[in-house]
Amino acid sequence: MSSNPRHDPRRPAESVVPISSSADIVTARQRGRALAAALGFAGSDLTVIATAISELARNIIEYAATGEIVLSQDDVDGRPGIVIVARDEGPGIPDVSRALSAGFSTGPGLGLGLPGVRRLMDDFEITSESGRGTTVSVRKWLP
Amino acid sequence: MRAPILKQSQYLIASIQSALSDEELLQLRDDLARDVGRYRSRGVIIDVTVLDVMDSFAVRTLRAIAHMIRLRGAETVIVGIQAEVAFAMVQLGLTLEDITTALDLEEGLACLNRQVAGARHVQ
Repeated sequence: MSSNPRHDPRRPAESVVPISSSADIVTARQRGRALAAALGFAGSDLTVIATAISELARNIIEYAATGEIVLSQDDVDGRPGIVIVARDEGPGIPDVSRALSAGFSTGPGLGLGLPGVRRLMDDFEITSESGRGTTVSVRKWLP
Repeated sequence: MRAPILKQSQYLIASIQSALSDEELLQLRDDLARDVGRYRSRGVIIDVTVLDVMDSFAVRTLRAIAHMIRLRGAETVIVGIQAEVAFAMVQLGLTLEDITTALDLEEGLACLNRQVAGARHVQ
């Protein structure tokens, strides 16, 4: 059996949380927190990860109504990390760079959604196509 | 799960027992706005000790609750924000602005006693 953690059978499986109601936001962040704890995250990192998942799931509800949060793990040079992908087939974001500037929001939130999530996590990627949907991928590495 | 509201003399204590969905938090807002009139309360304490996440919606709703309670003639103190939650809130850029906070229930009650006593002197 390979020692590569990518093939470790004990590795927690990828977890998909469908998002269509505010109760799903709670489910997504609780599952994310549990996965992060299993990976070795502790203390304020667990809260930061759960908060980022909450904001990403909330964006799905506010802008696309439905979508999904996919939770998985990754590792670079043996350093584990949590990967959170928020995917929807909503209207898309016409101006991504504007959506990433602090204070910008078209929704009822505080305008902190995406820039806030970017501050909370280590890696942040977004692809969005008008009329096709938005995918936000974020990672946090174990300190 | 609906957050129970306890009446203790002239105060109401809303003790959040588990992670709340958005609807449950809005329900708490409506319950408090109603009960503060029903019991002629002078102060409200919202205990968020069990919350492991305070995201933008939770913070915005708590601010709205405190402003509504003030319009109803009472003061609100949020107690029990955990250290990790405070850390994530600051990183996310979330603030409670002019809302009074206290470390725990005991400090929150002391805070309300001072505020209510102060309001009486003004009258």
